[in-house]
Amino acid sequence: MVLSDEAADWLRRLTEMHGPLMFHQSGGCCDGSSPMCYPDGEFRTGSADVHLGDLVVDGLDAPIAFWMSANQYEYWKHTQLTVDVVKGRGSGFSVEAPEGIRFLIRSRLFTDQESAALGLL
Amino acid sequence: MTIFAAPGQDGSPVTYKSRYEHYIGGEWVPPAKGQYFENPSPVTGENFTEIARGTADDVERALDAAHGAAPAWGRTSPAERANILNKIADRVEANLELLAVAESWDNGKAVRETLGADMPLVIDHFRYFAGALRAQEGSVSVIDDDTIAYHFHEPLGVVAQIIPWNFPILMATWKLAPALAAGNTVVLKPAEQTPASIHVFLELIHDLLPPGVLNIVNGFGVEAGKPLASSNRVAKVAFTGETTTGRLIMQYASENIIPVTLELGGKSPNVFFADVASSKDDFYDKALEGFTMFALNQGEVCTCPSRALIQASIYDDFLADATARTKAIKLGNPLDTETMMGAQASNDQFEKILAYIDIGQAEGAKVLTGGARAELDGDLAGGYYIQPTIFEGDNKMRIFQEEIFGPVVSVTRFDDYADAMKIANDTLYGLGAGVWSRDINTAYRAGREIQAGRVWTNNYHAYPAHAAFGGYKNSGIGRENHKMMLDHYQQTKNLLVSYSPSKLGFF
Repeated sequence: MVLSDEAADWLRRLTEMHGPLMFHQSGGCCDGSSPMCYPDGEFRTGSADVHLGDLVVDGLDAPIAFWMSANQYEYWKHTQLTVDVVKGRGSGFSVEAPEGIRFLIRSRLFTDQESAALGLL
Repeated sequence: MTIFAAPGQDGSPVTYKSRYEHYIGGEWVPPAKGQYFENPSPVTGENFTEIARGTADDVERALDAAHGAAPAWGRTSPAERANILNKIADRVEANLELLAVAESWDNGKAVRETLGADMPLVIDHFRYFAGALRAQEGSVSVIDDDTIAYHFHEPLGVVAQIIPWNFPILMATWKLAPALAAGNTVVLKPAEQTPASIHVFLELIHDLLPPGVLNIVNGFGVEAGKPLASSNRVAKVAFTGETTTGRLIMQYASENIIPVTLELGGKSPNVFFADVASSKDDFYDKALEGFTMFALNQGEVCTCPSRALIQASIYDDFLADATARTKAIKLGNPLDTETMMGAQASNDQFEKILAYIDIGQAEGAKVLTGGARAELDGDLAGGYYIQPTIFEGDNKMRIFQEEIFGPVVSVTRFDDYADAMKIANDTLYGLGAGVWSRDINTAYRAGREIQAGRVWTNNYHAYPAHAAFGGYKNSGIGRENHKMMLDHYQQTKNLLVSYSPSKLGFF
């Protein structure tokens, strides 16, 4: 997991507004395939989810956990994910929508060496 | 050929107001916090109206109105409610062009589709549920000679509906028609990406419904959708959207012990067996159109046939013909009736599709056509246009597994029937599928074996009322478009009646 500078900046501002945050990656229709950002604990994760990592944001007390459904993770695990921000309008109950922006995932394929180091091969 | 003038310009069938409020208790009311948000048209990227920005206070006010209206509305006769639905359909029919242009402007889709599909389907669904309600019967079970069980349908009460942005008026209709027919009152939240066209619809039909029966609160998911979906004052939540929000809505519903219906998207396989190409006749032509259906509504359909599986023996020739058909798609001004594909609905949607085109290429999929934004001139230069795109690759790639919700199809080959079924079912989703074959046995077996709620067989993207629509697997819970939907919006009341004067003898 990687974070763009602009996304980090927004996460600091959104934390001031909503308190500690979390991400859950969505799949499916309409606003799917987008990362949903919620107040930490708002979305109950469980055994059907994978904790992909923690986004460390300078200036925040705690890192922001990033989750995904385990079955979806199977198709995503060979890619490095960057949380970025674009101008946009809403989706789901994600907290950034009213600010006129939308978090977006950009993906990069891991190299064979990286995949080996991560134990994915 | 017709090119409609943009809303508000001379000769346009519709003019948008500069502002839309909430609709609560039969009145347009300003938001409690006095805030509004700008609404751009995807056609040009320019703002054309502002919309009330709802919050929990507005939701509570709408729930008050809905609860106030629910007892009387639930007691109206089925004939009376059916008549009202029929009158709504008549109003839409009489104003079809106006609504079609309004919808095209708010969503970006080609007016050819709103004229020929969206609005005719709105009319059909209201009439269908009017008829389904009139024909609905309870049941009587004979338990024994003296004991009878009567089953009555009763409304749930006040229901919450959260509507997606890809067919704003039609998706609202899919949920409203059965809910109102069944005697419920509704608080509805339109999508924040397409909040305006529903108000044009509402202005046409609002006098037909008693105050409080239909209430609309606009706004963002986190500010208006969440208080609505998590309210302990609703008897049901219906949602169309994506999986994470679907799960969150189920979590809220579990706190209130209420039912949900969820429609959460898909990654629909469109399977072309070799015999499709046994003759280059009308059927072959229809199958090529069936392939190209991935571009319908700019690909922004939960059932977009976004994975095309083509049998190896016809693969090269069929794909070449299908690519030629795709290249013939006319992309442009959505208000031109010759235009086949319009604008993506929002900037973030546009950016997401481009991000998927990037990951597809990084994973080694080959772009056969498209693969970039479409640069249009003049007023359209600021709109969100993407070229229809064909990728060739492998079903394990992310572009084969994730819903892109854009005009992008990922193509792969299969060797035989078993291989086709394995690939078709190798997905988290199960909403739609297509099967194309001249052999009825193959078509039937494939249709039964694919794990999806709707398998179009030798056709695609038809959504008639009276054909059940809904998902298997991660694609959701419940069905729409069918009389069984009335059950989704009703309680079952059982009166268990003894006609015997004799005591049981236990006490």
